[in-house]
Amino acid sequence: MRIERDIIYIILAFIVLMVVVPWTAGQLSDQIFFNWPFFFEVAIGGLLSGVMYSLIALGFVLIFKASGVFNFSQGAIVLFAALTLVGLHGLGLPMWLAIVATMGVMFLLAVSIERLVLSKLVNQEPIILFMATIGIAYFLDGFGQTLWGSEVKVLSLGISEAPGFYFDGQILINDFDLFAAGIAAVMVVGLSIFFQYTRIGRALRAVADDHQAALSVGIPLKHIWIIVWTVAGLVGLVAGMMWGSKMGVQFALSLIALKALPVLILGGFTSVPGAIIGGLIIGAGEKLAEVFLAPMIGGGIEEWFAYMLALLFLVFRPQGLFGEKIIERV
Amino acid sequence: MSNQDTPLLQINNIEVIYDHVILVLKGVSLNVPKGSIIALLGANGAGKSTTLKSISGLLGAERGVVTKGNILYKDQQVESQSPADLVDHGVIQVMEGRHCFEHLTIEENLLTGAYTLSGGRKAVAKNLEMVYQYFPRLAERRKSQAGYTSGGEQQMCAVGRALMSNPEMILLDEPSMGLAPQLVEDIFEIIKQLNEQEGVTFLLAEQNTNIALRYSDFGYIMENGRIVMEGLASELAENEDVKEFYLGISKEGKKNFRNVKNYRRRKRWLT
Repeated sequence: MRIERDIIYIILAFIVLMVVVPWTAGQLSDQIFFNWPFFFEVAIGGLLSGVMYSLIALGFVLIFKASGVFNFSQGAIVLFAALTLVGLHGLGLPMWLAIVATMGVMFLLAVSIERLVLSKLVNQEPIILFMATIGIAYFLDGFGQTLWGSEVKVLSLGISEAPGFYFDGQILINDFDLFAAGIAAVMVVGLSIFFQYTRIGRALRAVADDHQAALSVGIPLKHIWIIVWTVAGLVGLVAGMMWGSKMGVQFALSLIALKALPVLILGGFTSVPGAIIGGLIIGAGEKLAEVFLAPMIGGGIEEWFAYMLALLFLVFRPQGLFGEKIIERV
Repeated sequence: MSNQDTPLLQINNIEVIYDHVILVLKGVSLNVPKGSIIALLGANGAGKSTTLKSISGLLGAERGVVTKGNILYKDQQVESQSPADLVDHGVIQVMEGRHCFEHLTIEENLLTGAYTLSGGRKAVAKNLEMVYQYFPRLAERRKSQAGYTSGGEQQMCAVGRALMSNPEMILLDEPSMGLAPQLVEDIFEIIKQLNEQEGVTFLLAEQNTNIALRYSDFGYIMENGRIVMEGLASELAENEDVKEFYLGISKEGKKNFRNVKNYRRRKRWLT
């Protein structure tokens, strides 16, 4: 029942993106002939850049879903993972080994965050845990750059960044973006299955609902938190690799996290597929608005369009498209 | 039932302090023999829940700590063990106010209870079957989100969830809270069955003295963090003081509140 409803939402979102937006744009811009190939090129480019936002948003969703804490440090984790990867690669490790080693580092990071921070704050208000993650964010930003240096580093995954032409050469798509989309799809499917059907996944959702009750049925919070932060670290690593190879590994990586906020508000803080759909809508909406609507009102929409959209969602559907309904019994 | 059997659980003179300053339990001792139903009675704030939490290890999450005395479960000290360890050893608490996982379905709720269960899918399926047998209502609602089920169903879900871990002893906190009298009766009936058929030992904290004494073997009455009275349930139910203070029956029979003399209303300001 829930899945069918979700599919309907997805279809609706696509209709809005593919028909309503271009139609209004076409009407508004007084064009008799609407340039469809160009429109699709922009839309697809937008969708693919949206996937990149989703990658970041996923990390937030994981921790929020499993502990009810908004993890401010996700951006810093992305930066830290990317820095570690590049640093280890720079020490002479082959890429695959560097990736495995970084995964190990992310696990150690999760263990130490649990030991040093979270375990001291069991049963505290969410806002206190949130403040703690702000602290973790600053620490990681500084620690990563102290360890590996703060200059911009190049990360190359060996995937061509050359644009490819599709659909009879009419539409230009970046191959690298397609690759990122594929990775994101695999991660979403994997994580959804993990949360929905496995014992650990169920325990994670239980912890998110009620810490104390989870404790009382014998779920060890310690392990659960280590697992979530490790998974969030791994997702951060993937996001860091994608973004890092796109714009270089540098401090700005940790600021991309801000772009994940509207994605989360749209998709819902507790939904893995929501993070993806939210990202797609934001990505496509942003680019389309910039190209087709901006000329009418003087340009520069891309910067704030996502936040505007998020604001609208907060008014009409505060839990997001796929977020868990706030259950109130009367 | 006699109190001379070697008890499954033994609490010796414990003192519990919250937040380093608030002294809640001031020397509580009690015994729970294997296979019995023991009632822990008393008003709000008497320390019933705290006693249960100090056994199950949930105290730590509320910044409470056992400062004196000890708790022996099967002759092993357990007061510093984590809740997960205790569930593993067979002691599980059903918390006051049910605490179901609202966004999980009833069946998922039950499955989380099997987190510590070893023995793979088969063991889990077998326990699930058993829980559905005792609570047919849960089987009907297995696919509904727990947050949308009724209070009675949530209470059943909470007890069922605890059963999933194959417990030897369930600490049941206020099973009657917020439920209709008929439902309370049903739930106690099931507790009795579980006790007799599955051999589960129960320590239950209750405010509903009447029903708790009817279904239990032995009772302790708490006031202000101390145990003030103990005895066989049948004896307690006959005790004049218990009748007067907890059951609302005085020597003249049930009190009629119409005949209770009220204090004269004071003259109010401005009138």
